[in-house]
Amino acid sequence: MVLGNWSVRIGGAVLLLLVLVALAAPWLGTVDPTLFDAASRDLRPGGAGEITTLEGETVKHVFLMGSDSYGRDIYSRVLYGTRVSLIVGLAAALVALVVGVLAGLVAGYVRWADGVLMRVMDGIMAIPAILIAIAVVALWRASLTSVIVAIAIPEIPRVTRLVRSLVLTIREEPYVEAAVALGSSTPKIMFGHILPNTIAPLLVQGTYICAFAILLEAILSFLGVGLPPDIATWGNIMAEGRVQFVAYPHNVFFPGVFLAITVLAVNMLGDGLRDTLDPKMAQARVRTQVLDEHA
Amino acid sequence: MLLVVAVLVFALLRLAPGDPAAIMAGDAATAEQIAQIRAGLGLDRPIVVQFGIWLGRVLSGDLGESFYFRIKVATLIGQRLEPTFALAGLTILIAVLVSVPLGVLAAWRQGGWFDRALMGFSVLGFSVPVFVLAYLLIWLLSLELGLLPVQGYARITDGFWPFLRHLILPATTLSVIYIALIARVTRASVLEALGEDYIRTARAKGLPESRVLVRHALANAAVPIATVIGIGIALLIGGVVVTESVYAIPGLGRLTVDAVLARDFPTIQGVILFFSLVYVLINLMIDLSYVFLDPRIRY
Repeated sequence: MVLGNWSVRIGGAVLLLLVLVALAAPWLGTVDPTLFDAASRDLRPGGAGEITTLEGETVKHVFLMGSDSYGRDIYSRVLYGTRVSLIVGLAAALVALVVGVLAGLVAGYVRWADGVLMRVMDGIMAIPAILIAIAVVALWRASLTSVIVAIAIPEIPRVTRLVRSLVLTIREEPYVEAAVALGSSTPKIMFGHILPNTIAPLLVQGTYICAFAILLEAILSFLGVGLPPDIATWGNIMAEGRVQFVAYPHNVFFPGVFLAITVLAVNMLGDGLRDTLDPKMAQARVRTQVLDEHA
Repeated sequence: MLLVVAVLVFALLRLAPGDPAAIMAGDAATAEQIAQIRAGLGLDRPIVVQFGIWLGRVLSGDLGESFYFRIKVATLIGQRLEPTFALAGLTILIAVLVSVPLGVLAAWRQGGWFDRALMGFSVLGFSVPVFVLAYLLIWLLSLELGLLPVQGYARITDGFWPFLRHLILPATTLSVIYIALIARVTRASVLEALGEDYIRTARAKGLPESRVLVRHALANAAVPIATVIGIGIALLIGGVVVTESVYAIPGLGRLTVDAVLARDFPTIQGVILFFSLVYVLINLMIDLSYVFLDPRIRY
């Protein structure tokens, strides 16, 4: 049923391709993304030049997407950057989902914890996501882990609210009442009976978080507060290229195009999943859904 | 809620490993000099005391002194206010003027080519990062066509036209994601209103379609549209940070990035608190506006 949806098909296919590109990056005519050569600075796309390997050899290399002001190969950096973006997107979505689900289950099922937990979540939601992420990265110095956590934190309240509202509905269902009557323990009811019924909306929400995380990672790198500049990420390539944008726009465009296509594919996958997994939600709750996703 | 924000912001930044006193003192400072600066900033006191002092000051409008710029944070924010408000204001103006009519038209011809195109654009609008779009527009409008200045900002006191010329490009860039968001919500809520009985009645009594759409459908869809504009402010603030960096506009967004790079705690705190306050206040105002938008709502 899910695979019959065109959004899912296109989004999924593009993502699959990107995953393959990320995995196969070393065999796609790339060089080590950190290699540079002063003789090959600022080449136009398709320009031929040379690059010095780690062993100190100088080899001929065609710079398909040109080179940056250090003489690094943009094509290699963009392909390797795919890895970072996909890892950050997936990991941030997982972190936000796991923490958000736990908090949401507790808030929805344990009455006394609800008030405190939801006030904290409201507080987090009152601060724009990008500011939280910037502050957290500044706090721990930028590393892959800190960037992932920084991006996940502002997303946690949305997951928590979603799970909480689902739990509040599901806990009134007869099968939960039956489990309570049979004397099942609270954790068993939460994880065994309630959690499985939240999977579909969570999958949809997770996809949107993933798209947002990829975007936010690039923004952080672009602003110079994300991953260290020597790591090849799309945002870093663009941050490096922006200085010379007027003369060499390719440094910004190639990673930008990859970034836009990736985020678009993830968003399409999310829209498709929402329409197929939960048609009722797609119709009746489009409005609140849009509000929740993009706030 | 703002108190929660205050605690979060304070905790977050005081846990930072970077030592602001050492940063301020510079590389050549001795240990005594650093200790002296630290005492001067109150950084040697217990954290709860620091928070108490800080909160008391914040409530009286004193956000402390910037470690980096060496002036009061409140003054600093005041200086940077105009460009950011001008940018945000123009963005909202463009976004609302463009997106609401588009959303209504899409809902009116649901499933038609215009509707599909708009929804396609909407997904695209969420996916293209604001800085990629920024460079695309700079390249097209400034470099290729030479219509608008590439970067920079002109104060409104320098004349209205230079002021506007410098703002059009950043505001257009920033409004795209906002247009995508508002158009989508407008479409959804107008669509919902169009399904109501009173629309059939209005059409049955022979009202022109434009009047049905605006007076009957759109008027009843106003509350969700206002809500999404309010929620979108968070998006807008995020966008401001990026847009100001790309277009070299000396506003609050640029200040945020500079403050983080310089590990300037009081400024980071001040800016985040200020942005959160603005966000909460705007949403409060929007909540209050419901009374006018929907006479059934009473507080």
